Amino acid sequence: MSSVLMVGVDCSECGGRAIEYAIEQAKRSNAKLFIAHVIEWSPFSFSTVEENFERHKQREEELKRAHSEVIDPIVERLTSMGLDAEGLVRHGNVADTLDTLARENGVTNIILGRQGTSKLKAHVFGSVGSHLVQSAECAVTVVP
Amino acid sequence: MSKLRVGITTLVALFASFSVFAETGIDERINIAIKPFADAVAGFVFYSFPVAGVQIPFVLVWLIVAATVFTFYFKFINLRAFKHGFQLVRGDYHDPEAAGEVTHFQALATALSGTVGLGNIAGVAVAVSLGGPGATFWMILAGFLGMSSKFTECTLGVKYRDELPDGTVSGGPMYYLTKGLAEKGPVFAKLGKLLAVLFAIFCVGGSFGGGNMFQANQSFAQLVNVTGGDASWLADKGWLFGLIVAALVGLVIMGGIKGIARVTSKIVPFMAVIYVTAGLAIIFMNYPQIPAAFAAIFNGAFTADGISGGVIGVLFQGFKRAAFSNEAGVGSAAIAHSAVQTKRPVTEGFVALYEPFVDTVVVCTITALVIVITGTWDPSVDPSAGVQLTSKAFASTFSWFPWVLTVAVVLFAFSTMISWSYYGLKSFTFLFGENRFTDTTYKLLFLFFVVLGSSMQLGSVIDFSDAMIFAMAFPNLLGCYFLLPVVKKELDEYWADLKSGKLVKAKTS
Repeated sequence: MSSVLMVGVDCSECGGRAIEYAIEQAKRSNAKLFIAHVIEWSPFSFSTVEENFERHKQREEELKRAHSEVIDPIVERLTSMGLDAEGLVRHGNVADTLDTLARENGVTNIILGRQGTSKLKAHVFGSVGSHLVQSAECAVTVVP
Repeated sequence: MSKLRVGITTLVALFASFSVFAETGIDERINIAIKPFADAVAGFVFYSFPVAGVQIPFVLVWLIVAATVFTFYFKFINLRAFKHGFQLVRGDYHDPEAAGEVTHFQALATALSGTVGLGNIAGVAVAVSLGGPGATFWMILAGFLGMSSKFTECTLGVKYRDELPDGTVSGGPMYYLTKGLAEKGPVFAKLGKLLAVLFAIFCVGGSFGGGNMFQANQSFAQLVNVTGGDASWLADKGWLFGLIVAALVGLVIMGGIKGIARVTSKIVPFMAVIYVTAGLAIIFMNYPQIPAAFAAIFNGAFTADGISGGVIGVLFQGFKRAAFSNEAGVGSAAIAHSAVQTKRPVTEGFVALYEPFVDTVVVCTITALVIVITGTWDPSVDPSAGVQLTSKAFASTFSWFPWVLTVAVVLFAFSTMISWSYYGLKSFTFLFGENRFTDTTYKLLFLFFVVLGSSMQLGSVIDFSDAMIFAMAFPNLLGCYFLLPVVKKELDEYWADLKSGKLVKAKTS
């Protein structure tokens, strides 16, 4: 079974170790590699009339920025290394959306870098990693 | 260029007239100058005819007849689509590809924060006082009928909105009256243009009046009331309150300080929940009186002992306050709802059903029940003292509640002003063209009216502003009648797809 890897990144510098780890894995198994970035967003937030009318434009800009500043540099680097890499950007709750993206693309292993969340914060809100470990259908690797 | 010239002339004329007012008592001057005009407009919009000894304004009949016609035309869409509307708000049919766009929930919440406000708090107290508990029954009925008006106008608002090249959206009655009627032929195109211009003029007026001065005035009244009434150090400092509010509104609409509006948009729903919870708490703490209160509401609706105008008088009070509160048929909400992301305009119509429902059937009924149960209603109340009456009713159980209510009233007023400043601006730029000059002119005028509204007792100006808001219903609903077949087509196609299972539910995770 060919493996499909997905790395969740929140900015181009962060997730560095997770990407290095994914590169190694991908090279070894000749796997397809997805680089996913989630823009934090909730369908149930409250907004003003003006914000609503500008939302579509804003969203386009957010997606463009996510591609140009986060995803594209990484994908370019990976492609130049001869890897089969593709970027994914979507709005939503980070853990839920990474889960959905993984299911949609038949991902076999989600790779995340460990975040520097404080113990208290992780205890109250949970971390993306711990959420995914509980909900994902595939393996989840958290790189320290 | 001609549009610009019209804008400049208007502005010069306005400034010239303001400098005249400044010479002697501003309040009096404004009243004298505006009164004949205001009275003429108010007299026309609120043209009344007697029914069983009660003066019934024509505009009220206009609103109720339209709501009833739409309800029958769409075969009780207000009840039929109620469940599906909830599924849409909940996001059951949300397209995952559209994540990040304006959801049905967000469009509804935004529209609600523009309508939930003083109408629900102050207006209901007046209705129950003047019409007795029975007015509540008619208010709820009017709320249910109003759902069909909202359905119609909000579906049209989305269908005929403009999606501009820069990615922003613009919608509302101005657009569906122009574009929708133009589809029907050249004569209708002219009529549509005329109706759209009339609507825009009334909407600008409404945004200065009911959406601004009335809000500033009533929230200041409650602030004075809670800090000690006439003895309050604030009592004669309306101008100061007005300046502060104008500065805050100005920071949002002119300074681009979106943070304030964003914070308000998050606190307002929270305040609404506190208000509803406190209301429910009072109702349940007095649970032995609940059956009696409902009996009074039902009996009072059909037998009106001691109410001026008898049953018609009771009905009139209930219908009037429902219309004031939920603005169904006025067209304002169609602007707010048109920002939603959807491929099927009618879905926003279903969602909009919840606006009169939450506003009138839920929130107004809670206020009415609290007033009836605590026995605070007083037939001799002065209609301008509505907030104080509700405040008293809540204070009879929670003595500290007037303070919470004051915060709620000020925040509701603030968010209503922000919403209306947008509705007014869109109408103003529709009339005079979209450029920096018209934009700034409108915003400065809006701020001026904030100060004016909170510093004065403006009897005739308040009448005028109410008249402007209700006047919006004439062009709006007339256009809606012509466009009913358009909505019907959208509805039938969608309903068939829904029933045949063509619409995919997003999986709920």
